[in-house]
Amino acid sequence: MRFGVVTFPGSNCDYDCYNVVKRVLKEPVDFIWHAETKLDHFDCIILPGGFSYGDYLRTGAIAHFANIMGDIKEFAQKGRGLVIGICNGFQILTEAGLLPGALQRNKSLKFICKNVHLRCENNKTPFTAKMKKGQVVRIPVAHGEGNYTADKATLAELKKNKQIIFTYCDEKGRVTDEANPNGSMLNIAGICNKKHNVLGMMPHPERCSEVILGGIDGKFILDSIKKGL
Amino acid sequence: MKFNAKVTVRLKKGLLDPQGTAIGGALKSLGYSQVKEVKVGKFIEVIIDAKNKAEAGKKVEEMCKKLLANPVIEVYSYEIEEV
Repeated sequence: MRFGVVTFPGSNCDYDCYNVVKRVLKEPVDFIWHAETKLDHFDCIILPGGFSYGDYLRTGAIAHFANIMGDIKEFAQKGRGLVIGICNGFQILTEAGLLPGALQRNKSLKFICKNVHLRCENNKTPFTAKMKKGQVVRIPVAHGEGNYTADKATLAELKKNKQIIFTYCDEKGRVTDEANPNGSMLNIAGICNKKHNVLGMMPHPERCSEVILGGIDGKFILDSIKKGL
Repeated sequence: MKFNAKVTVRLKKGLLDPQGTAIGGALKSLGYSQVKEVKVGKFIEVIIDAKNKAEAGKKVEEMCKKLLANPVIEVYSYEIEEV
């Protein structure tokens, strides 16, 4: 099982992702430079967080035209493996059309950097197979544009196909307005595509998968991916 | 010929516009109680070489669709003038 972490100009969580796969999951992992055109054999591609291309125009808008994105789209659409976009990676996946909707400026206009609670809404995906439905995990967010927005038809479609994977909740698992850090519709923190092989999420599992970092709940997601591959 | 395309990108109607709301609040606190609503968009100028205005328009339309606006949340309009 081989992981690839894509580095765009301005990515800043690429080493965190690399580190967590190599040292915590103990799986082979390579960096993929954005200018490459063809993916080698990988089973899981990680689009890391950061500020690709300075977030100019819109977050993720320019990154989705990077050379490597062509093959990543094919990889995702043909089901050659899994793709997970974290934070800026999620923004890139929506801009690329691999996930529906868009991520707008946080309702508060503030950059939010804190631990939040997430509820697992669907554990029948390769990203959540080691979780229980309704399970609450604590994972940090760090973003200025995480406010998930989509039209009514798209939201209905997401619900129908069980594509909503994580929602923001309080520590008891209640999905409330107070627990919504950024104004996301339906408290959405993470969604996947219809095929369930592409996940985008704003919170950072790679930042809480080692005891020394103050939390290990991110491991539920990483271990699920490992199990599924 | 050289053209200047002035592209305006706006948030779709009904979408939350937190920047507009914040600016509206600031204007009100400056005493402009008449302010009903403020909306924030983007203004982009693209200087482009083209044979004629129609060709320039075609290219700018493409650019808006591909990159300048995100159709999920935004609408765009533009004016093109020769420079």
